[in-house]
Amino acid sequence: MTPTRTIVPPTSVVKTMSPGTHDGGGANPLLVVWRAFATIWSVPKARIGLALLGFFVILAVFAPLLAPYAATDNTFGRSEDMSPAHWLGTTAAGQDVLSQIIYGARVSVFVGFVAGLLSTIIAVLIGLSWGYLRGPAGEVINFIVNLFLVIPALPLMIVIAAYLQNGGIGMIVLVVVITGWAWGARVLRSQTQSLRSRDFVTAAIFSGESPSRIVFREILPNMTSLIVGSFFGASTAAILAEAGLEFLGLGDSTTVSWGTMLFWAQNSNALLTGQWVLLFAPGLCISLLATSMSLINFGVDGLSNPRLREGAKR
Amino acid sequence: MRYTLSKIGLLLLTLWAAVTLNFLLPRLMPGSPADAAIAKLAQNGPVSPSTRAAIEAQLGVPTGSAWNQYVEYLNNVVHFDFGVSYTFFPQSVASLVGTALPWTLVLVGFVTIVAFIFGTLLGVLAAWKRGSWLDTLPTVGGTFASAFPYFWTALLLLFFLGYVAGWFPTSGAYSSSATPELSVPFLLDALYHSILPATTILITSLGGWILGMRSTMINTLGDDYVTFAEANGLHPRTVAIRYAARNAILPNLTSFGLALGGVVGGSLLVERVFSYPGVGYLLYTAVVNQDFPLMQALFLIITISVLLANFIVDILYGILDPRTRR
Repeated sequence: MTPTRTIVPPTSVVKTMSPGTHDGGGANPLLVVWRAFATIWSVPKARIGLALLGFFVILAVFAPLLAPYAATDNTFGRSEDMSPAHWLGTTAAGQDVLSQIIYGARVSVFVGFVAGLLSTIIAVLIGLSWGYLRGPAGEVINFIVNLFLVIPALPLMIVIAAYLQNGGIGMIVLVVVITGWAWGARVLRSQTQSLRSRDFVTAAIFSGESPSRIVFREILPNMTSLIVGSFFGASTAAILAEAGLEFLGLGDSTTVSWGTMLFWAQNSNALLTGQWVLLFAPGLCISLLATSMSLINFGVDGLSNPRLREGAKR
Repeated sequence: MRYTLSKIGLLLLTLWAAVTLNFLLPRLMPGSPADAAIAKLAQNGPVSPSTRAAIEAQLGVPTGSAWNQYVEYLNNVVHFDFGVSYTFFPQSVASLVGTALPWTLVLVGFVTIVAFIFGTLLGVLAAWKRGSWLDTLPTVGGTFASAFPYFWTALLLLFFLGYVAGWFPTSGAYSSSATPELSVPFLLDALYHSILPATTILITSLGGWILGMRSTMINTLGDDYVTFAEANGLHPRTVAIRYAARNAILPNLTSFGLALGGVVGGSLLVERVFSYPGVGYLLYTAVVNQDFPLMQALFLIITISVLLANFIVDILYGILDPRTRR
């Protein structure tokens, strides 16, 4: 694997390439993704994370094949303990807990992926231009981002969810994205600000490159790990926020998800009856899914800094 | 000085925008408080027009043009007059918020500062001893713990230590027999009740600080001046603390300002599980009962605290990093 490769884009005339353009130009996107995957896979902790994430994705995609019963089938005995027929017992409403766990993966994986991706795209666009521009334009963006930051995410989501009684998954994704992009933008701005004064950026300015090219072709590749990191960060936050809303009973409580399972567990007094699996299993799944993303983040260090790749000394 | 002045100007501008947004938000949403109250009444039988008029008058449904409402709203905010709560009628919103705020500020503020200090130190250590058990233990443990949903950690602690073991009280901020006063027995009682909520927040938030500090620290460790300092034969501890950590703490400080402000709102789930009488629990109660005045006031309080925290961090950032002042 070659850590750095400079490819002159076919359209540009011969031009000095700066160290910022690692994977730019005509590189095959699939190849870039594959190399990124291999870099992350080479870190043991991240490998566990990828495997764990893969497990939940498979669970979500093939839920109808894997679940022993339908998630909403409530024809079983109520609040049963673990048995061969119901590995994790049944809920107070007589549904199979294991089937609900398997179907619940769908909501969390979907919300995490979609909301995380949308938040990251907005964060990259705003964070990089904000960090690069000086003067009044930077101040205007600063003002807008601050506005989005001062609105605390969870309370805002709760208030909106309370107004839109029983809003669905789409509403949750929308609110998570509206409240979730600003954090990433701010982190990416800090890094852009410090990269802005590096020599390769100065060189690019003197060679007459346009600001958008400098930001997205010179600076952006140096921040790949931060960007990938902020995607997984945003996904984790989205998954936790979604579960939190459903736990408070503010989502659509008829949806089968890990959050609603905890909501019904608390409302059917699982705390008092001692049916701890009902509390333990959904929360553990949320934690494991979120952990898998954090573990993958250990592997992204090496994406933009070859010196940090596995086997390389500090 | 110019930097500080421009930040103060920005603070005032953002404050105004946040207050305005707070005014607009409930009005952009469908439904009205009187409709909600009437819907509740209608479950028991038909509601006559005179009852409806009485309810609208009692709930203080805003009248007049949007501009007049806005001017009146601004005037009320400046005088800390947030109206009367629908849920806790006839208590004023300001007094309700005033009772709830100290509980949240003390509990969550204190725990967050402790978590920030310990988390940052552990993060520095983890990045410096990269690959050793000093790295693996806090990072893997912190990663897993920070992935716990707040309410799940709270539920588990409540179930195992509260209900099963019976070591700690299961709800409230003090015993129902005690009256809030500044005495040693009461403070001890409050402290005893705060152990489970505090532990929940500490467990769940510590990991974030460790990981954040570790990753920024690793970035600075790749910088040339650190290699240069090492090549100069400086003591490893000097290189780690005086060179790398000093620069790595800047991005982490930015997150601290936001987290500290968000703490007031973030405690909501924990307070809900433990029925802890803070701002979060009050907001939950307000939302469930569609108590608009209370909800708006709480929202404003949370927003202002985030603003102030950010302002302080911005000023600190300017002092610590001279480059931003240019």
